Amino acid sequence: MADKDLQVREKQELQSEAEYTRPGLVFNPTVDIFESEEEITVLADMPGVASDGVTIDLHNNELKISGEVEKQGFEKERYLLREYDIGGFHRHFTISDRIDQSKISASMKDGVLRLILPKAEKAKPKRIEVKAG
Amino acid sequence: MAVVRWKPGFFGWHRDPFSEMNRLRREMDRIFGDYAGGRGIAPAAGVFPPLNISEDDSNLYVRAELPGVDPNDIEMTTKENNLILKGERKIAPEGEKVSYHRRERDAGKFRRIISLPTLVDADKVTAVCKNGVLTVTLPKAVEAKPRQVTVKAE
Repeated sequence: MADKDLQVREKQELQSEAEYTRPGLVFNPTVDIFESEEEITVLADMPGVASDGVTIDLHNNELKISGEVEKQGFEKERYLLREYDIGGFHRHFTISDRIDQSKISASMKDGVLRLILPKAEKAKPKRIEVKAG
Repeated sequence: MAVVRWKPGFFGWHRDPFSEMNRLRREMDRIFGDYAGGRGIAPAAGVFPPLNISEDDSNLYVRAELPGVDPNDIEMTTKENNLILKGERKIAPEGEKVSYHRRERDAGKFRRIISLPTLVDADKVTAVCKNGVLTVTLPKAVEAKPRQVTVKAE
């Protein structure tokens, strides 16, 4: 794997049924999602998004990740070459397992979001004692 | 089609009808090139990473989106009028215990060479990597900077 050269991948513009009211482009971030026995981890590439530009929303097993980008460059610059577009990021997933909402943690490093969703402890079987009255 | 005798200035055409047609064609090219999905994006060179290059009066700016690339793994050299960008994106293994739902992110090396459109002051090139976006600022060489020329009256 280490000897492989990176290939150019065009950024995928978001195809959403909901219409966006804000101007600007929105892209689908590329993600890795993996799970262990304890948690589900989501890694998302969102270049240009600062840690305070990320919004994470988990509601009814639906996870939404959004990122707002800071503007790249200054007003007075003229483009000589443009090979990529700049825009925000948005993607949503359905999470099948029950997540402990209070323990969700997220961090941003070098434009990559790492979101950890710990699984909720399964309802343990409880023994009900019947008292003699 | 009625034959109309050509008169200079007729219909507001001042030079010849073909220049007007050419102007219209250029205008259409501009409109469709800019707005019909293309948004003025140049075809990618097929080399990672895609770059945006811009300039102002004093600097050239080269930008690339490199999420997950450690700034220490980026190596940059300028040679004559070329900028060479090398690096590696590493993705640490997550261990044997995990199983994947999605695996879209790639790891690997990249190396790209860009010919710069103007001469640059190689000693003063700076590069910053912020939130996975690399910005290289290349100050233009004195010869390449715009200079105002005053016209003297004699």
